[in-house]
Amino acid sequence: MSHSGIRFDNVSKAYGNLRVVEGLDLDIAGGEFVSLLGPSGSGKTTLLMMLAGFEDVTSGRILVDGALVNDIPTYRRDMGVVFQNYALFPHLDIARNVAFPLEMRGMGRADIRQRVDRALEMVQLLHLRDRRPSQLSGGQQQRVALARALVFEPRVVLMDEPLGALDKQLREQMQLDIRAIHRRLGVTIVFVTHDQQEALTMSDRIAVFDKGRIQQIGTPREVYDRPANRFVAEFIGETNLLAGTVETAENGGTAVSLSDGTRIEGRSPAGLARGSAALASIRPERARLHAARPAEGNALPAQVTDILYQGSHIRVDLKGADGQLTVHLDRSAGEPAVGAPVWLGFAPDDCWIISP
Amino acid sequence: MRWLKGAYASLAVIFLMAPLLVILPLAFTSSAFLTYPIPSFSTRWFIELVDNAVWQRSIVNSLIIAPSTTALATVLGTLAALGLRGRVPFAATLRTVFLLPMVVPAVVMGVGMQVLFVRLGLVNSYLGVILAHTVLAIPFVLISVSGSLAGIDRRVERAAESLGASPVRTFTRVTLPLMMPGVLSGAALAFALSLDEVVLTLFVAGPNQRTLARQMFSTLRENISPAIASAAFIIIVGTVVVTALLFLAGRGWQRQRRS
Repeated sequence: MSHSGIRFDNVSKAYGNLRVVEGLDLDIAGGEFVSLLGPSGSGKTTLLMMLAGFEDVTSGRILVDGALVNDIPTYRRDMGVVFQNYALFPHLDIARNVAFPLEMRGMGRADIRQRVDRALEMVQLLHLRDRRPSQLSGGQQQRVALARALVFEPRVVLMDEPLGALDKQLREQMQLDIRAIHRRLGVTIVFVTHDQQEALTMSDRIAVFDKGRIQQIGTPREVYDRPANRFVAEFIGETNLLAGTVETAENGGTAVSLSDGTRIEGRSPAGLARGSAALASIRPERARLHAARPAEGNALPAQVTDILYQGSHIRVDLKGADGQLTVHLDRSAGEPAVGAPVWLGFAPDDCWIISP
Repeated sequence: MRWLKGAYASLAVIFLMAPLLVILPLAFTSSAFLTYPIPSFSTRWFIELVDNAVWQRSIVNSLIIAPSTTALATVLGTLAALGLRGRVPFAATLRTVFLLPMVVPAVVMGVGMQVLFVRLGLVNSYLGVILAHTVLAIPFVLISVSGSLAGIDRRVERAAESLGASPVRTFTRVTLPLMMPGVLSGAALAFALSLDEVVLTLFVAGPNQRTLARQMFSTLRENISPAIASAAFIIIVGTVVVTALLFLAGRGWQRQRRS
């Protein structure tokens, strides 16, 4: 079985004057796990609903395996959908829930039974096959929904915040389970979430949405380490943003002078012009604190305002020349004292410069 | 506190049931009068109901009219509920129109129907009585079915579609089973309503369409015989039996779906 690629070609969706998705292009390769990540109202769920056929496309084309699906009704699209609230059939037992798509395809009883059992085994719920959905916990229900969406070997599986209703521990376990199933079956998965940690953990690629547009599409490493703009830098993970003016820009090596005249060096995407305004993004875990000005790399003077113990690391809040800064320190690193003057140091490789 | 709640509930039940408890034993009186004390118990008034041609006729009429009304009102009320569920312009207004028969005085409706039915040639016909009862019963079915439709998560139907069910199959395999309890209780209400309807029947039914309730009404005015209590007994037992059957049908439906 080969898995299907999906192409969104200049797709827009509007409700009256309200434009929810605007001229969106996106290519998803067969077998890929792509997350649509963004705040609520960013258009990610609407895009998924258009792909599933629950919502009409206002303009543009959606292609699956090169074939236009805009006007194909949902029930002929052959896509498994997993909803946040599970959406199991309350009047059918677990086995009948999972058998439903096979019955719709007119499969024989013996085949259905075999496939249902195999799918339930995959999600480790075979022993609950005769229960009703209401007798299962949220996590179990979501695993049934997953089995139901996979049992008919659909071309694509769509997931709309499937783990949003589960508690943290269960959610993390399910993330690993879904990843393992994806790796085993190689099915194309489009996964909508507003949880950046979830997207980073699970995806081959992440499409970051805001205001109906894709702000960036890339691997988890790319969107975290090399965010395309301010929105992506702030939405994914924590970051320190310093405003300044581009002094020199050549071959990725870029220098910025901050408002107080400090010059810092970093990397940047192509296209930053000399003299233009820029933002330097420094992840808190990439910065270090020094008692004296370090000889190498960038350095900013600051004063410690607070120290917060976080278990896996220590968070230090600082007051810099331009506002508040945050640094995450290893537990093994020495702790400064609150109120002490320090130097915040970071390598040019860990300083990503973007246009504001 | 618990004791008080129990006492309150008992009082409420007694208040609701007292009229029945007063009249029902009289169905089994041997006396010719509808009064206490009961001299001795007898089934003579039930035999009277069956033997007397007028009573017999009214029982048969009710057995024709009530089930027909139930079927018609259930189908139409259910369709109305399904229609009003979708995105319909003026849905709220339409719903109010459907519910009007509940609030319009039965006498007003009766006069109106009589005038209309005379023109249509439906007066003094079974169809006329059935239609009149159906108009009255539809709002009850509509409310009951709408209630159970409101409890159905739309995403469950969407899930069915994504799993390959056409709109028709989504309806028969998901929506219909889930709304069935509302349909059946709507049907039970329609049946009960038709069985004891008097006012509209007075206006549109001829002597040949006298229902059991209508016959009881005339008997009350002419001669107060314990046959009324016996008829009441039959109506109550009939309503309870039909309701129970519809309830069991609902359970059976669910069990069959389960296996």
